[in-house]
Amino acid sequence: MTVTADALVIGTITDYGDQALLLQFGSTAEVLAWNDVLRDAEVPGVVDIVPAARTVLIKLEGPGCAGVARQHLSKLRLTPEVLEVAAPADGAADVVIDVVYDGEDLDEVAELTGMTPRDVVAAHTQTPWRVGFAGFAPGFGYLVGGDERLNVPRRSEPRTKVPAGSVGLAGEFSGVYPRSSPGGWQLIGHTEAELWNVDRDPPALLMPGQWVQFREVSSS
Amino acid sequence: MTTTLEILRTGPLAIVEDLGRKGMAHLGVTRSGAADRRAHELANRLVANPGDRATIEVTFGGFSARVRGGDVAIAVTGADTDPAVNGVPFGTNSIHYAHDGQVISLGAPHSGMRSYLGVRGGIDVAPVLGSRSYDVMSSVGPLPLQPGDMLPVGDHTDDYPELDQAPVAAIEDDIVELSVVPGPRDDWFTDPDVLVRTNWQVTNRSDRVGMRLVGMPLEYRYGDRQLPSEGATRGAIQVPPNGFPVILGPDHPVTGGYPVIGVVVDEDIDRIAQIRPGQTVRLHWSRPRRPFQNGS
Repeated sequence: MTVTADALVIGTITDYGDQALLLQFGSTAEVLAWNDVLRDAEVPGVVDIVPAARTVLIKLEGPGCAGVARQHLSKLRLTPEVLEVAAPADGAADVVIDVVYDGEDLDEVAELTGMTPRDVVAAHTQTPWRVGFAGFAPGFGYLVGGDERLNVPRRSEPRTKVPAGSVGLAGEFSGVYPRSSPGGWQLIGHTEAELWNVDRDPPALLMPGQWVQFREVSSS
Repeated sequence: MTTTLEILRTGPLAIVEDLGRKGMAHLGVTRSGAADRRAHELANRLVANPGDRATIEVTFGGFSARVRGGDVAIAVTGADTDPAVNGVPFGTNSIHYAHDGQVISLGAPHSGMRSYLGVRGGIDVAPVLGSRSYDVMSSVGPLPLQPGDMLPVGDHTDDYPELDQAPVAAIEDDIVELSVVPGPRDDWFTDPDVLVRTNWQVTNRSDRVGMRLVGMPLEYRYGDRQLPSEGATRGAIQVPPNGFPVILGPDHPVTGGYPVIGVVVDEDIDRIAQIRPGQTVRLHWSRPRRPFQNGS
């Protein structure tokens, strides 16, 4: 492998306790590109690689592993071209999720964004989203990179019960509730897709880096 | 016939735990596993189990089970609950034998919170995603035990128990001192050293997800600036906007949006599992904090 002069290195590596390291990046796209590099790198002593919005947390076997891990991490390189990931062509997304856009907050989202409810649906389905990172519940993926007009605040009063399959918006993110739980996202629709199943391999439908296309269907 | 444990009483919470699920955080699945890993590992060692076997984590005692279909070698570690077989006490941190039909019981702990019942062969319930641990936040894994549950005991290895009993440091019932690595977000606070100057009290809103502390609230430096979500670990001390720290436990969320002011060192993490609501915790930096610009 040739390392070009302008290859990127991991800029900031911070201790996170005595058995984890926090790597900091400028964007979720950078996080996802480095997440791939880190998963392929087989850095010794690593038990978990946790991508998030602007960081990747590297969890280690124990307190003795940080020094060696840092040495390996400092040698990793990323070619800047991999950051220029193009959205997939029509029909080429990794996951297509069929949604009935009948969410309780669809009208409110329309009001907040100054669009009609139909425009909200069009905006949500026209641009593919990318799974940024997991959190909140098993199988929940924070989806990023959607239409910027859909940036709406969370509900001021979270709901005590949001049904499984609810499709929501919050801030720059979209997401699908893997199961019934409390939640504060603005709900715009629902899907029959199974986001989480412990008997499936992998159990999560959405994994960091995947492209997701929402598709409108009429209720059956 | 398989040897089983028939659960008679569970106390407030009795769950099966092993060392948890590694490598699944990117799917939203946290590590989970025994809250006091050291006590869990000792229970396995006393009955000559390999390290991957599951034990029963009993919170606040009040547990009993009848042995059925064979004899078992057992050990109870962690919080001392005067463990007994058919009412005859046998001592914490030692190996003991229970015969077919006899009842193993754990009383109320003298100090500490969590006890571990290890059985030679291990608790052999079906693993979920590679582990027999129950994660209370996500309800992944074998569900909390209920009276009437029949737990199969696994086949034991040829290893023979080597220890009759193990010396273990007493569980602190007064002030607990924990060592904390500063950061990564200590610079998000006006005066992060409030963390190490305060006598923190543990609230009863504490569980395997997190231990909530009250005391002198920490103040955010930047008002309502929000931290983008980042990965979390056990022992991480998150500070929500109310300024009261939460020390994350084994079933913590995989990512979170509150700044982490410091992280408890691995050496001290198991002791957190034994701290009761109402106890006082003092935190200390494990090394000097790196000074940050405060704009002056």
